[in-house]
Amino acid sequence: MTDIIIIGAGPAGMTAAIYARRAAKSVLVLEALSYGGQIINTPDIENYPVAAHISGFDFATKVYEQAQALGAEFKFEKALSVEDNGAEKIVRTAKNSYTAKAVIIATGSQNRKLGVENETKLVGRGISYCATCDGAFYRGKRVAVVGGGNTALEDALYLADIAEKVYLIHRRDSFRGEELTADALRARDNVELVLNSTVRELHFDKRLTSVTVADKAGNPREIEVSGLFVAVGRIPENSDFSAVLELDRAGYAVASENCRTKTPGVFVAGDNRVKDVRQLVTATADGAVAATEAIRFVNEH
Amino acid sequence: MAVLEVTGSNFNQEVLQSDVPVLVDFYATWCGPCKMLRPTLEQIAADRQDVKVIAVNIEDEDELADQYEVSAIPCVVLFKNGAEADRSVGLVPRDALEAML
Ligand SMILES: Cc1cc2nc3c(=O)[nH]c(=O)nc-3n(C[C@H](O)[C@H](O)[C@H](O)COP(=O)(O)OP(=O)(O)OC[C@H]3O[C@@H](n4cnc5c(N)ncnc54)[C@H](O)[C@@H]3O)c2cc1C
Repeated sequence: MTDIIIIGAGPAGMTAAIYARRAAKSVLVLEALSYGGQIINTPDIENYPVAAHISGFDFATKVYEQAQALGAEFKFEKALSVEDNGAEKIVRTAKNSYTAKAVIIATGSQNRKLGVENETKLVGRGISYCATCDGAFYRGKRVAVVGGGNTALEDALYLADIAEKVYLIHRRDSFRGEELTADALRARDNVELVLNSTVRELHFDKRLTSVTVADKAGNPREIEVSGLFVAVGRIPENSDFSAVLELDRAGYAVASENCRTKTPGVFVAGDNRVKDVRQLVTATADGAVAATEAIRFVNEH
Repeated sequence: MAVLEVTGSNFNQEVLQSDVPVLVDFYATWCGPCKMLRPTLEQIAADRQDVKVIAVNIEDEDELADQYEVSAIPCVVLFKNGAEADRSVGLVPRDALEAML
């Protein structure tokens, strides 16, 4: 039996692995996709202490190498469930099941989809969830951003420098994002706010050609765009673990600063936990705290 | 086989005229998920004799990227008998790439 199984090799999970290995606990990290988590999408991190500029890929690779050098074992398998048998926790993947004394769930979050027909089919053919990743493909073209939070506002501003025209589609008439960013957008000649409106239909031939939006009264309007950037928030990856976690209405795992959950010996760390600030520095901080709690739990049981 | 870097000048020969199915990885050096996907493609190239794996740098080969309407990367396009048969966008596990074949 492993001492500590960590689910998710994002910044939170890999930091937890570093702390747990430094306390000489055996560590297995299970990762569904690749190490690094969301941060690999950004070409430049500017707000992590010490590294003034570092790419998300380099950041992830350095943390991965650090955890590996300390002896953490990584397996690239998706965890499908966590079962609590008291002193023994069972983590199942499609092919295997692993047992541990303590488990840290650090599964982060995924982009929320709009939920409009043909959305998935058009990913990479006009639909995108990351303006900084895919914006460059839309130089001189017409695009729309959907959402009203900071990500949507920042994406629209970023795209306004690249695209010919940017529509910002938001279902309310006020933004959740910062007023300063909203003002900067209003000052742009090539940005049009489409408020009180939701996206109803996607039109395409081989790729996206236009979207139909509807206002509150249901009046449709067709907007010609070749790109639609969806920025309607993120969904925490907790639904497979609801047997051992208490989830809030948005699906985040309820746990305070100490990262403990309703199940003794099961901890959460990172973006999938209830918290105000979801950043690298808070994810890595959670990793340290959750590992410390898990180490204590293993020592005491 | 290794992952072969291809340009506009040999795309026709290496991809369109290939006897075996070809996975073409459209990537850029600034793209983190592309770097994460590369080892998976290298494994497929090493393990399977029945497929060819090709890489196209979209910054150097923007005409190819335009021609195949690549608008998000990583974008892996499967070519069979000289035509696109399927494509996969984003970082995906090996199973998902092999499922296209
Ligand atoms: C485009 C972009 C730019 C950003 N830029 C910055 C920035 O400049 N500065 C900053 O501080 N923050 C930034 N962030 C936020 C930062 O990336 C996150 O706060 C941080 O990555 C959260 O870390 P995490 O480990 O909690 O979760 P994640 O990074 O989401 O990692 C979770 C990991 O768990 C894996 N996983 C999920 N479910 C399972 C499962 N069932 N089994 C196994 N593995 C699973 C996932 O594949 C993933 O690898 C950015 C985010 C994005 C999307």
